[in-house]
Amino acid sequence: MNAPLMIFFVLAAVAVFGAVSLILQREPIHSALSLIVVMVALAGLYLLMGAEFVAAVQIIVYGGAIMVLFVFVIMLLNAGEEERTNFSKLATYAGIPLALAVTGFIAAAIARSGGYLPAAAPNGALTSTKTLSMLLFKEFVYPFELTSFLILVAILGAIVLAQREN
Amino acid sequence: MVPTDYYLILSAILFGLGIVAFVFKRNIITLFMAIELMLNAVNLAFVAFSRALGKPDGEVFVLFVIVVAAAEAAVGLGIIILTARNRHSLNVERVDLLKL
Repeated sequence: MNAPLMIFFVLAAVAVFGAVSLILQREPIHSALSLIVVMVALAGLYLLMGAEFVAAVQIIVYGGAIMVLFVFVIMLLNAGEEERTNFSKLATYAGIPLALAVTGFIAAAIARSGGYLPAAAPNGALTSTKTLSMLLFKEFVYPFELTSFLILVAILGAIVLAQREN
Repeated sequence: MVPTDYYLILSAILFGLGIVAFVFKRNIITLFMAIELMLNAVNLAFVAFSRALGKPDGEVFVLFVIVVAAAEAAVGLGIIILTARNRHSLNVERVDLLKL
C-alpha cells in the first residue's frame, strides 16, 4: 500500500470518527469540537489532493472563524446537556433508513460510474494560488462580486437580529 | 495515488452522517453544525472532482460555498440567539409556533 493511500485512510477514519462523535456527544460544546476535528481532517485531505489554498481557507475560515462563532454562541447561551424528548417518533423510525438510503444511493451512483474518473491529483501537482485567483477575478468575477453583496446583507441581517427591541 | 471514487464515497458517508445528526439531534445549535458537516462533505466532492478533471473551477466553487456558509452562520446564529432568548430553550421541539 502506498503512502498517499495510507494517509487518506487515516484522515478519512479521523473525519468519520469526528462525525460520529458529533452525533453521539450530548453536550453541544463537545459536538462543536468534534466538528473541528472533521474540518481539520478534511483540510488534510485537500492538501493530499494538492488543493493547498482551499486547505488553508478551510482551516482559517471554517476551523477558525465559523467554529469560533459557534463556540461563542454555545458559551453565550450557556448551552448545557441536550434534553431528551420523545416527541418525534418520525425521527427515530425514518432517520437512519433515510440516511442509509441517501448514502447508498450516492455510493451506488459512484460505483456505477466504474472508475471513469482518473485519480485525484493526476501528477501530484498543486493548484497554484495564482491560477485560482486568476479564475476567481476573471472568469468568476460576477459571482465574486455577488458574494460581497451577500456578505453585506448577512452583516445587516445579523445586526438587525442582534438588536434589542425597545 | 488515491482513486477519486474513495473521496466521493467518503463524501457520501459524511453527508449521510450529517443527515443522521440533523434528524436525531434536538439541540438547535447542533442541528446547525450538522448543516455545516453536510456542506463540508459537498466541498470534499467538489475538490475531488476538480482534481480528477484537472480543472481548478471546482476549487473556486468551494470558496463560494465557504463564503455562503460563513454568511449563513452569521445570520443563523443570530436567529438562534433570538429564539433562545424568547423561548428560554434550545430544544427544537419547543420551537413550535408554526405547528398546527
